[in-house]
Amino acid sequence: MDITFDHVSFTYQAGTPFEGDGLKDVSATIKDGSYTAIIGHTGSGKSTLLQHLNALLKPTAGTVSIGDFQITSETSNKNLKPLRQKVGMVFQFAENQLFEQTVAKDIAFGPKNFGVPEDEALALAKRMVELVGLPQSVLEQSPFDLSGGQMRRVAIAGVLAMQPEVLVLDEPTAGLDPAGRAEMMAMFAKLHDTEHLTIVLVTHQMDDVADYADHVLVMAQGALIKQGTPREVFADTDWLRANSLGLPKTAAMAERLAQRGFHFDPLPLTAEELATQLLPQIGGGAHE
Amino acid sequence: MTPAIAVSHLNFHYPDADHPALQDVSFEVGAGEWVAIIGHNGSGKSTLAKNLNGLLAPDSGVVDIAGMTLAEETVWAIRAKVGIVFQNPDNQFVGATVADDVAFGLENRGIPRAEMLVRVQEALEAVEMSDFASREPARLSGGQKQRVAIAGIIAQRPDIIILDEATSMLDPAGRTEIIRLIQQLRATTQLTVLSITHDIDEAAKADRVILLNDGQIKTTGTPAEIFAYGPELLALGLDVPYPEKLKAALTARGVAMPQTYLDEEGLVAYLWTLHSTM
Amino acid sequence: MNKLLLGRYLPGDSWLHKLDPRTKLMASFYYIAIIFLANNWQSYLMMFVATMIMVAASKIRLGFFMRGVRPMLWLILFTVALQVFFTKGGAVYWSWGWLAITQYGLTNGAFIFMRFVLIIFVSTLLTLTTPPLALADAVESLLHPLRKIGVPVTELALVLQIALRFVPTLMDQTTKIMNAQRARGVDFGSGNLFQQMKAVVPLLIPLFVDSFGIAEDLATAMDARGYQGGDGRTKYRILQYHPRDVYAGGWMVILTLGLVFLRA
Repeated sequence: MDITFDHVSFTYQAGTPFEGDGLKDVSATIKDGSYTAIIGHTGSGKSTLLQHLNALLKPTAGTVSIGDFQITSETSNKNLKPLRQKVGMVFQFAENQLFEQTVAKDIAFGPKNFGVPEDEALALAKRMVELVGLPQSVLEQSPFDLSGGQMRRVAIAGVLAMQPEVLVLDEPTAGLDPAGRAEMMAMFAKLHDTEHLTIVLVTHQMDDVADYADHVLVMAQGALIKQGTPREVFADTDWLRANSLGLPKTAAMAERLAQRGFHFDPLPLTAEELATQLLPQIGGGAHE
Repeated sequence: MTPAIAVSHLNFHYPDADHPALQDVSFEVGAGEWVAIIGHNGSGKSTLAKNLNGLLAPDSGVVDIAGMTLAEETVWAIRAKVGIVFQNPDNQFVGATVADDVAFGLENRGIPRAEMLVRVQEALEAVEMSDFASREPARLSGGQKQRVAIAGIIAQRPDIIILDEATSMLDPAGRTEIIRLIQQLRATTQLTVLSITHDIDEAAKADRVILLNDGQIKTTGTPAEIFAYGPELLALGLDVPYPEKLKAALTARGVAMPQTYLDEEGLVAYLWTLHSTM
Repeated sequence: MNKLLLGRYLPGDSWLHKLDPRTKLMASFYYIAIIFLANNWQSYLMMFVATMIMVAASKIRLGFFMRGVRPMLWLILFTVALQVFFTKGGAVYWSWGWLAITQYGLTNGAFIFMRFVLIIFVSTLLTLTTPPLALADAVESLLHPLRKIGVPVTELALVLQIALRFVPTLMDQTTKIMNAQRARGVDFGSGNLFQQMKAVVPLLIPLFVDSFGIAEDLATAMDARGYQGGDGRTKYRILQYHPRDVYAGGWMVILTLGLVFLRA
């Protein structure tokens, strides 16, 4: 299921705190099966763009096509449910959405809203708990007795239980420690590879973009200012700096090494790639 | 010289918990030093911070702050000397405006208004937030709110500032903003800084790093000494500085790399020597 | 919803905006009291003109005041109707059983209508030109003498201040949780009453949990910053009367005298 933005603009109602934080003529496609990263500063319009992915917001102008659905300013708020089932949204600090007495019930909440019978929804909960790497024993526990990281996994399981085709992640690792972050990112990569979910990741972590994404959208002041593969986007280091966007650590290191006289082609994005390209240049073979 | 913080044999156990949160923790922080305490979530870092100004009372052990032993009689005097910046920028913003929030701690201590006006102004200048004095918190970024929190502490003229994961909820821009501000403050004042963090870049700026694991001090050393542990840090739930990652990748490819920690510059220089002697 | 809760303050730099909030608060109450002195066309006309002068002085468009009247319209019309139908006296224009429209009824109805509108205009004027926080300060300052009889005025004022401070934070959180639950298939504001009430549970519980988290964090932060209760605290923000507050007082005296002369 492709998601296509066709000249989408969005203006917030005057007088709200978000005033001015809208979208300006955004055209882009998130391809079925892709792992798309959206980067940009706080207030660049990332969150606004995100809320268009399942029609929580409707464009003021232009069209958002989500599979067979066409969302314009005219679209009625009714009949959006099937769409919301197809696009699962994991918001920032998703653990804040938990409310049921048990983990199982909370995970089953989404599917039940979309008409899945209770026993099937609970069976889904069992599977999803495993998918997010939690033990079955948490199912009957209160979500509020779990650790912060575990609660977030329960929230993600609750979204996965809707069996969406697209999983949208808004800074899913914010506030986690490095180990928790790494585990969580590995989990999403697995969902992308084995469950064939299309993933849309909003993040400030350029290393995650370099490690996992295959397409990058760069937002600034509500406009889409660049898009391409991570290698294409990160290759233009001067442009990134001019827009005060960070570089992945490997790209920054490669740039430093290049200034010293090393040569890289193509731009390495991970420590492994960098090491491989360095090897012949530091006489790596000779040591063996 | 009296150390700013001296903790000896500190033990703390939350009433309902299975395991003690802190076990026999002892360390000292010299006046004017910047010490980072690192450890994964749940390693006891924040519990330790709350034990340092009496927000939590230890089961046993002694905490000395600037020569005063923490006890019921000294707790308010000690809180005047120790400022804590907490994790959530929103939930520690008491005042209705920036200036009000900075003044809050001063009001609590009964500082005369004339002096408050001066101190609030000075503190806001120190964190470069003077232009925002009458702003409401809803109109500030996370980094700006944390700067206001720091101003509120500076205004009280404390000896010690504790950053309790103060940057963990900020975006990279906000994080850099706060770390730069702390460096700046250290250059101009005698502040002792204790930063509790799992951000390796923040820890790298400290004079000394204390590695906490499951409520116990695992090891102490300069950032370079700690970072030399390399991939072992991963097992402790922490990140590895980038040069160590690259070193590991090169070692795996059969390149002989030095055991000591190299920062980025050092690593570039080392690799260039290899290139030149090829 | 936001605007309703925040008292619809409109920032500005008019003479009325600059008045001390205590003056505005007291003057508003005083105005509402003396309007009951008006009892004929002359006195009501004077109050109307005076109110329009104040509205003009606020430099705020009349539309904002009209919006203040709208939610009260049915209550006003109901009260006016009662006056019209049940006041006896003067010429009878229409009657049906015990219902009658009389001369006095009509004038009384018109007066009541006028009184309602003027009161709403003046209280709207107060909230439009005074930030909620300044109003809280004014209340604290005016109630300060009650401390002598053991009312914890400063504590209550701090509670009020913190509540106001966290309104935007909680509104923001409400929007976020609503979006998250909508994305999980909840329809807010559709279906029958029972369904709507059920839809509120996944919103309210997370909001409660979050509020408790905020309260706990806030208490810790206040503790760490040396908060020990109201005694011995000094105040950063203080209110100070200016000459313009005296002029405002004089204006109220003039209105009172005018009413005394003009009323029947």
